[in-house]
Amino acid sequence: MDINTKELKKNAFRITKHRGLTASRIRVPGGYLDAKLLSMIQNIAETYGNGTVQITSRQGFEIPGIPFADIPKVNALLQPIIEELDINQAEKGLGYSAAGTRNITACIGNNVCPYACYNTTNFAKRIEKAIFPNNLHFKVALTGCPNDCAKVRMHDFGIMGMTLPHYDADRCVNCGACIKACKRKSTGALTSVNGKVARNHESCIGCGECVLACPTRAWTRSREKFYRLTLLGRTGKKNPRLGEDFIKWADEDSILKIILNTYDYVAKYIDLTAPGGKEHIGYIVDRTGFEEFYHWAMKDVSLPEEADVYKPLYWKGVKY
Amino acid sequence: MGYILGLKEINEVLLHWKKDYVIYAPKLIPDGGACSDTDSIHYGEIQSIEEIVFDRKSDFSFKEILLPISETLFYFTEDSVMEPAAPEKQAIVFLRSCDLHAVKRLDTMYLHNGGEDPYYKRLRDRVKFILMGCEESFESCFCVDMETNRTEDYHASLDLSEEGVRIDNKNSDWDEVFASRCLEERDVIPNYVTETETRVSIPDNLSLDIMKSTMWNQYDSRCIGCGRCNFVCPTCTCFTMQDIFYTDNGKAGERRRVWASCMTDGFTDVAGGGSYRKNNGQRMRFKVLHKVYDYKKRNGIPMCVGCGRCDDVCPEYISFSHCINQLEHGMKEVNEDEA
Repeated sequence: MDINTKELKKNAFRITKHRGLTASRIRVPGGYLDAKLLSMIQNIAETYGNGTVQITSRQGFEIPGIPFADIPKVNALLQPIIEELDINQAEKGLGYSAAGTRNITACIGNNVCPYACYNTTNFAKRIEKAIFPNNLHFKVALTGCPNDCAKVRMHDFGIMGMTLPHYDADRCVNCGACIKACKRKSTGALTSVNGKVARNHESCIGCGECVLACPTRAWTRSREKFYRLTLLGRTGKKNPRLGEDFIKWADEDSILKIILNTYDYVAKYIDLTAPGGKEHIGYIVDRTGFEEFYHWAMKDVSLPEEADVYKPLYWKGVKY
Repeated sequence: MGYILGLKEINEVLLHWKKDYVIYAPKLIPDGGACSDTDSIHYGEIQSIEEIVFDRKSDFSFKEILLPISETLFYFTEDSVMEPAAPEKQAIVFLRSCDLHAVKRLDTMYLHNGGEDPYYKRLRDRVKFILMGCEESFESCFCVDMETNRTEDYHASLDLSEEGVRIDNKNSDWDEVFASRCLEERDVIPNYVTETETRVSIPDNLSLDIMKSTMWNQYDSRCIGCGRCNFVCPTCTCFTMQDIFYTDNGKAGERRRVWASCMTDGFTDVAGGGSYRKNNGQRMRFKVLHKVYDYKKRNGIPMCVGCGRCDDVCPEYISFSHCINQLEHGMKEVNEDEA
């Protein structure tokens, strides 16, 4: 058996512990798919795999137990799934053309969740379209609000939804619900002043608890969607760490631009001798210094005037 | 007099009125909902008929026009007091039959319940009402059972129909403006509903014994005491006072009154630290009986007009109409206990 494992991995198949058997990884941006695709996945698993499917930690599917020889047939069956999920592809019928940039994960967002400040699915798909396929090892995750159910601080780019609360004092009856909600569930950014409410913009994280708590709609959401961007969290053996806040009150376009710019930065500075050609971005930034990263990442980025940028950034994390 | 007008012509009428009136109607507030990417329907000033939302119920009622959510009654300095001026313009309010019946309840509380309330009166006197007919009821409406599905107390009525905008005008000052633009003069009866999906029945034998029923206990844990049901209610009339002193000059300030809610903390706080109705089940009991018992005993009609907004807004899915329908069982329970 002669298999080019490098090409196989790029094609989103895996070298498994079972000699001669591979696993197919299906990317599902935002973890959101039409239910009809499930029967297609079932068909692949039952026809070419061992009849089981793993729901991956990055919200995709992994179909194990596929003989290497069946890869072309699996790729043919993946085609309608790839097209339905609108995944960029180099050539039709040949499956995925890269695997380095991982599936974009997202919480359920405002398709369903009342707390979510935006549609995580749509933004995940937009990022997917912009950055995939790419062999560089990038992890992007989105979450609807600062509850961070998607654990985005564990990723290179963590995107948390924010809303800039608007306060109409004429609709406020001083019931205290917002102040209580903010204090008990969020950062305590609200105080009562003369029978009305004052918001400390510095400590406000834009979670929207005040809006949800308000019984008179004195608090409403901004029409503009805002985001907190956290940077360069990671798991791994060397030095796992949480992503640090980079920009508060950022906008969609800027975040997309920063991610794309970071590809250029990584292409320039990645350690070509890194095992498997894979290096978490954070280690590269540790090497070049934050300023150099910042210089690359912020090229041609025009942030909204509300944006607060934190720099330089320092990471903590576990050191063994 | 009845008239049929085109949309263009009715907008001319609105434009004509705008010289003398501020025109309020339920309108769509994009992104106005509590959750992201949801809208809401509030009362607000409108410029054209197209802005008026007919096919959905407004989340909040017209009430805030007659009774502002937060209203400054007067400003004070060390030696003087000054009331803010009343609005100069007259107002037109578009509303449905249930809400027009609610105006009667507000009038009872603010004009005929002891002395007249001057702040209410000066806003009330400037308002004319245009009835929005209801072709069909919404899911939570129970106006028919509350006998508020029809009204005659409007200045004009307005219904959208395929043949045009149907107007029944009772205000002779407006006949000219309609007659000069109408496609046709014809008797018009405003749309009204004769049945609703949600039905309620208030038991004839309802008495204060119902206070002893266990039916209220479920709300101790279900209700979160947020007050949304009160704030969307077109007939809740309670307010509380705020005397505040300006922070940059503590010798001047203002007195405001703001809407209050019998479901929230603080409503029954008294001097000395006492507080009645601490648990939410008893607050629910107080509210429900006020709406369908106490008020009726004094004024002959229930306070609730069956608009169903409280059902629509409750984040805990507590249904007021469902609660009313439990009263009969609750009365049986307390009567059996006594027997």
